[in-house]
Amino acid sequence: MSDLGARPLPEVAPFAPSTTTSAIRVRRLRLNSTLVTGLGLLGVVVLVAIAAPLLTPYDPIEQRFTEAFLPPFSPGHILGTDNFGRDIWSRIAYSTRLDLQIGLLSVLFPFIFGGLMGIATGYLGGKLDTFLMRIVDVLMAFPFLILVIAIMSILGPGLTNLYIAVGAVGWIPYARITRGETLATRHLEYVLAARTIGCSSGRIMIRHILPNVIAPALIYVFTGMVLAILTGATLSFLGLGPQPPTPEWGAMIAEGRQFLLLAWWMTTLPGLALLFVGVALSLIGDGLAENRGG
Amino acid sequence: MGRAAYIRRRLVLMAFVLFGVTVVIFGMVRILPGDPAFLILGDRATDQKAAELREQLGLNRPFLEQYWMFVSGFAHGDMGQSLLYRQPVGDLVLTRVPITLALSGYAMGLAAVITLIFGITAAVNKGRWPDQLIRIGFLFALTTPNFWFGILLILLFGLTLHWFPVAGFGETLPQHIWYLFLPALTLALQLSAVLIRNLRGQIIQTLRSDYVRTAHAKGLSERLVLLRHVLRNALLSTVTIFGLQFGFLVGGAIVIETVFALPGTGQLLITSITARDYPVVQAITVVSAVLVILVNLIVDLSYSFLDPRVTYE
Repeated sequence: MSDLGARPLPEVAPFAPSTTTSAIRVRRLRLNSTLVTGLGLLGVVVLVAIAAPLLTPYDPIEQRFTEAFLPPFSPGHILGTDNFGRDIWSRIAYSTRLDLQIGLLSVLFPFIFGGLMGIATGYLGGKLDTFLMRIVDVLMAFPFLILVIAIMSILGPGLTNLYIAVGAVGWIPYARITRGETLATRHLEYVLAARTIGCSSGRIMIRHILPNVIAPALIYVFTGMVLAILTGATLSFLGLGPQPPTPEWGAMIAEGRQFLLLAWWMTTLPGLALLFVGVALSLIGDGLAENRGG
Repeated sequence: MGRAAYIRRRLVLMAFVLFGVTVVIFGMVRILPGDPAFLILGDRATDQKAAELREQLGLNRPFLEQYWMFVSGFAHGDMGQSLLYRQPVGDLVLTRVPITLALSGYAMGLAAVITLIFGITAAVNKGRWPDQLIRIGFLFALTTPNFWFGILLILLFGLTLHWFPVAGFGETLPQHIWYLFLPALTLALQLSAVLIRNLRGQIIQTLRSDYVRTAHAKGLSERLVLLRHVLRNALLSTVTIFGLQFGFLVGGAIVIETVFALPGTGQLLITSITARDYPVVQAITVVSAVLVILVNLIVDLSYSFLDPRVTYE
């Protein structure tokens, strides 16, 4: 049957439903070159986020009109300045904190909620399962970005509302992944054994099934973070995210757009920062997936 | 289950999803705390104005009646009045849908070409440098913010080299194709990044199958085997993903339209949000969901016709 709920997730295609105990595989985490590169790049990003105040002498929102539109490699401003004379490197560095936070928080709650929902519906089946899959069908009919924008339009712009809007749809992939894995696991001997000795459904789901089905969902977390950061940047590019003068890469790109010919660096550089983080997270996700596949 | 039963089932499911979509959109503005009238007008609105708006939007009627008005209105193409433009929402949205659809269709066409070229190249060179290069290139394409990439294209090919116009969509068909090239390319690159990965994998898998070995053994040329035997089978799953990505494409088009100043639904959506023109936001959300549902239905059905191996359990 190929109904909407049973559609293959494009990004998750490499994860075949595993019948072996994936928890053991995760403990034997092997480092491949993709994973190491990704972790290295992410390490740089995290360092910049933590040490932002040490890496730059400038306040990211302090305006100095005498120093506006300085090109990159100007003395004192390695990446130049914007129309308000604010140091671009400071703004990019401080924005790292915000964008990493967006990536983490918009994934954390959907991961927990979606993951648990997937296990519960996959294990218990029945009406709950049908109900959940129908909700998934409906939510998946909306183009992701348009639904998020529509939710933001009601809640209003801002960071908290961004988490709510992204989270309202973001739990679906996790639910679908853990549900699929749970369906493959629920008839295995150790689950039957646990049931035979009288474990409650709750205990079986949390103690026996969860550790064995969570790995693919964890791998998807990295794809989800890339998606969340890109969505956050897109919303703030459209003026629906964190409000100025807060430094955020998407908002910086939008600000620079008016001065495209005058100061190309205002748009180009924040985009490169976004790309850097995206590539780092994607490489980690790919590396982990390779681990499971090979 | 036969094909007819499958199609029936599929249509029932579609009807259900459509129902769900209207419930979500209808409920969205009403389950939230606060008065929608003040949400639209802003906090400083007078009570009288709010009452007028509630009357206009039908917010003072019973819940079920409101929902019925909403759904039957949509079914008749009456989506209410725009608060900003003071004209019927239906006219406003439907005149802009063709631009968004044209942009999405154009992007799909470009993505198909890009995917075929790079997918095949990567697969036949598996593990060698062209494969690695394509893999790295499209890893970047996948994580590049599309609005940023669009701006870079404008800067390079529009403002610096003057090869392409930077805004609008022209008047004649050749002009449309020329004007929409950069925005379509922006969308296509990201879409192909997903597709190339899939096509590469499928081709490599198909190359290992018995009938391909037989074709080789018969002495067919490499080219013929690839085009006639391998590609036809490998493309099936890629086509499915192609359809599934339609929602993603429409979402992307919304943003790209604002970057390239195209007067499509995206631009209307953004203006409407800033102006709190809620009936328009509602209509665009429903219309885009309906489009996605229809495209998915077509993909699912065509898939069952394309591949005789598909069974309908």
